[in-house]
Amino acid sequence: MEVRLRFFASIREKLRRSEAACSVPAGATVGDLLDQLCRDYPPLADVRGALRVAVNQEYVDPQHPLADNDEVALIPPVSGGLDVRNRCARD
Amino acid sequence: MYAIVAHAIDAAAVAAAVADPATGATVTFIGTTRDHNDGRSVTRLEYEAYHEMAIAEMRRIGETVQQRWPITRIAIVHRIGVVPIGEASVVIAVSAGHRHAAFEACHFAIDRLKEIVPIWKKEHFEGGEIWVGSQTGQRFEPAT
Repeated sequence: MEVRLRFFASIREKLRRSEAACSVPAGATVGDLLDQLCRDYPPLADVRGALRVAVNQEYVDPQHPLADNDEVALIPPVSGGLDVRNRCARD
Repeated sequence: MYAIVAHAIDAAAVAAAVADPATGATVTFIGTTRDHNDGRSVTRLEYEAYHEMAIAEMRRIGETVQQRWPITRIAIVHRIGVVPIGEASVVIAVSAGHRHAAFEACHFAIDRLKEIVPIWKKEHFEGGEIWVGSQTGQRFEPAT
């Protein structure tokens, strides 16, 4: 089955694209997809621990099962306070 | 009213959107872009949203607030793109019968927004740029 990927902010810049399509085996979970993406896009592996994932615009856990044509967004830390610095690319 | 806009936010219009003859208090929070952060002089701020999901999360915040406090209405408007220093990047207005509920609900809404709504901020400063995040307990420090 195929899922649609969306990338934002620091992730979009790292991967130099805002969208992609990806084939995953039937029964794959979000965690499986992340494993696969980290292989396909090595820069993702560095930041995997900081990512949240949304499927069809709702946050989900890595155990969440994927369905054909799901929209999967990789969500880096969101805008806001002072405590977390999200340092990227151009350093 | 839940909106993401690419132009200046009219805070008075957001407050007006929650007006109701049954309310005795309207609290408006205006988040503005600051010219410094973490010891650096910020020259430009830029926001990016996952538009559809950000609106959905704003709506969920509104529903949560309505369940927890006896408030009448809530409106949330966030600006994206380049926001000049000193201008509003986000405005939240809450109206209620009484002020305590309005203050508490507005405080909750802005905290929650910064925690979960998928909108990102890029700070440009002398000599570089940085994506700023505030996800509790999560650090984002890619290897250089």
